[in-house]
Amino acid sequence: MSKTILIVGGGLAGTIVANGICRQMGAELRSGALNITMLGTSETHMYQPGLLYIPFGRMREAELFRDQRKVLDKRVNFFVDPAKHIDVEKNQVSTEAGRTFKYDYLVLATGSRIMPQTIPGMKEGGHWFYDLDGARKLRTALSEFQGGKIVINVNAPHKCPVAPLEVAFMLHDYLKSKGLWDKTELTYTYPIGRLHALEPVAHWAKPEFEKLGIKYETFFNTESVDPEKKTITSMEGSELPYDLLITIPPHQGAQVIDDSGLGKGGWVPTNTKTLHREGSTNVFVVGDTTNIPISKAGSTAHFEADVTIDNLVSLCQENTFAREYDGKVFCFVETGLGSGTYVWFNYTTPPNPGPPSQMIHWFKLAYNRLYWLSARGLL
Amino acid sequence: MAERQKIDARGAFCPGPLMELIAALKLADIGDEVDVWSSDKGSASDIPAWCAKVGHAVVETSEHDGYWSVVVRKAK
Repeated sequence: MSKTILIVGGGLAGTIVANGICRQMGAELRSGALNITMLGTSETHMYQPGLLYIPFGRMREAELFRDQRKVLDKRVNFFVDPAKHIDVEKNQVSTEAGRTFKYDYLVLATGSRIMPQTIPGMKEGGHWFYDLDGARKLRTALSEFQGGKIVINVNAPHKCPVAPLEVAFMLHDYLKSKGLWDKTELTYTYPIGRLHALEPVAHWAKPEFEKLGIKYETFFNTESVDPEKKTITSMEGSELPYDLLITIPPHQGAQVIDDSGLGKGGWVPTNTKTLHREGSTNVFVVGDTTNIPISKAGSTAHFEADVTIDNLVSLCQENTFAREYDGKVFCFVETGLGSGTYVWFNYTTPPNPGPPSQMIHWFKLAYNRLYWLSARGLL
Repeated sequence: MAERQKIDARGAFCPGPLMELIAALKLADIGDEVDVWSSDKGSASDIPAWCAKVGHAVVETSEHDGYWSVVVRKAK
């Protein structure tokens, strides 16, 4: 009897899972013993880490996008028809267009989104680079910036946890190259008592900030932004003036997760090792969608997807589970416009970032292209 | 009806127990409680210090076998 794997979400995690299963289960797909269906929200696939480069003119918008049907293996039934309700009791998903899809195995890969509207004044008074429209507006704001106070404001939770540090370092180099650094006061705010969640990264970043003259304020969780007075206020009672506010807004998961009763805020309670949705044995959760207390990052999505591919293939072919996710995360860290480092860790190995180098920066630039091989399941 | 949510952040390097707590409190209703489990001893002092700054209530801090539990009630 034919089995159906239904993937909800066409971002990196869902796409890797779809392509990876196709690569391993060609015979079953040919014979009709397996079919794979993906429900996406867009005809295009975006390379999200590339958004960081847009405000600085270091990547073109067109470089961020590919036709999702070309990124996906042709054997995947792809519908641009967002899920409206996910019923894990009845093993079915209904869509915005009114279709209903049954499944044997479900992969939830619905991702996360920025929610600046949840903080008063942030949408009106802030700039960001976590979506294309925001990155475009920030590019314009930076091109018009002639000096003054810039605040880089980080809020919890957020994905791509090194991006706030990267934008600070890149902004320093960008303004210095334009002769504006001496006319700029840059302040970086962070929700907890150090500059980054990863302690070794925070310890490395602090003297770097001090060397470059980047100010910082820790224990800063945004309460409100006043776009008229151009001030940002924290729950901890601090107020900072700004001429340009670059915020990393708080994130939430997809609305359909909340609406389907699968997890508050769009985060699905997930087993940290099997990646099963808590309470289900035929529902897997990958990428930003999980509530696992690790970084929401492309690499997390990638490594979780790899494990899920092996487990789904193993379950379909051998009726057994293959392996567990070890919590692996890998992040490049741009330390300016011409240098970079990287950090990796898992559930048991703490991070230990190495010294920045030009070569690692070049490798990150290369990965900006190699990403498409990752999404296709080739890398 | 107030709820109590558990966050098992033992061994979590990033984003870590306090960041997880901050994120959870944003989604919680006033009166709800969040029980954060952390293998980092620093959490037992960092979390209460942050709660004192922003006005949330620490209901209980306890040491268990290799981890600390800090229960926080959302106050505002």
